[in-house]
Amino acid sequence: MSESGLWLVILGMGAITYGIRAGSLLLAERLPRQAWLSSFLRFVPVAVLSAIVALEMAFPDGALDLSPVSNHRLLAGALAILVAWRTKRMLPTILVGMAALWILQALP
Amino acid sequence: MSAVAKTFSNRILLWAGIRGTLPLITSVAPFAMLFGALGLASGIPVVMTPAMSLIVFAGSSQLIGIQLITGGASAPVLLLTTLVVNLRHALYGLSLAPHMKGLSRGWKWLLAYFMTDETFAVAITRYNQEAADPPPNLHWFYLGSGLTLWSSWQASTLIGLLVGSKIPASWGLDFTVAVTFIALIVPTMVDRAAVVAALVGGLSAVLLAGLPLKLGLVAAALLGILAGMAVDLGWFRKLKGNPAHE
Repeated sequence: MSESGLWLVILGMGAITYGIRAGSLLLAERLPRQAWLSSFLRFVPVAVLSAIVALEMAFPDGALDLSPVSNHRLLAGALAILVAWRTKRMLPTILVGMAALWILQALP
Repeated sequence: MSAVAKTFSNRILLWAGIRGTLPLITSVAPFAMLFGALGLASGIPVVMTPAMSLIVFAGSSQLIGIQLITGGASAPVLLLTTLVVNLRHALYGLSLAPHMKGLSRGWKWLLAYFMTDETFAVAITRYNQEAADPPPNLHWFYLGSGLTLWSSWQASTLIGLLVGSKIPASWGLDFTVAVTFIALIVPTMVDRAAVVAALVGGLSAVLLAGLPLKLGLVAAALLGILAGMAVDLGWFRKLKGNPAHE
């Protein structure tokens, strides 16, 4: 691709990304205010963030690994979930999750 | 004087947004450094790599984009890929919009630029916590989160470009994104519907991970949302009865 072609592609990628971001934010106010829609919106964060978390836990190096023996992220993530559930606090959850991962990795 | 429950200055909210996003820098920085290093290796003019971080500002699509450019992909392929990979932001915009109703057009244009997985996660959690009595200037919290993520993304792109990607993958720093998101969502799972949405979203993401371009993620999110709605609105209970729900 030529240099000017590359610039156009980068600008196009930016325009498309920004278009999705701004479009959804600005057009959403024209949507009908209905019970099903507010229910839909209520579950967006928990559903999409859980999906991201599950992928991060189950694909440690880009490949699926569901064995808690070789994939330390499963146990570390489960521990973080437990801490988040009991304490409802951000920092302890992050620290325990990361510490668990490092400790499990360091074990022989 | 009306009874205002609580007020925060813009600066306090900005700082809270910055603080709430700091842990995520540990996962964003290695990701952006990898992008910077790949940009250099791709052989495109050096200025284009930081330009891409400024203009596109969306990690996954940048990383896939630079690999496609290196592989000699055509412009339509690159643009279509960007569209599909970033589709999930439409869900973020839809879900943020009700909380930004009172904002000017200008603010919305600005905040849209800062919309990422991380800032969405941090900001929507705070918006929902304050939903009963939201401070009118809560967008400063979003701005603080967005600026934090944005500056670490730009700086780390430059570091990756200049010195390469030096953080070993074995440190597992990318895992901070998982534990941070866990810290954000688990406390919001207050009823059965939310737990079902999380379980269905998570399980389907793993099952559909074979789909290209993060399509599996978008599909899994939609399935999780639908499962939550089914419990919330009682779709299964009301199959035979009156489906109308106020």
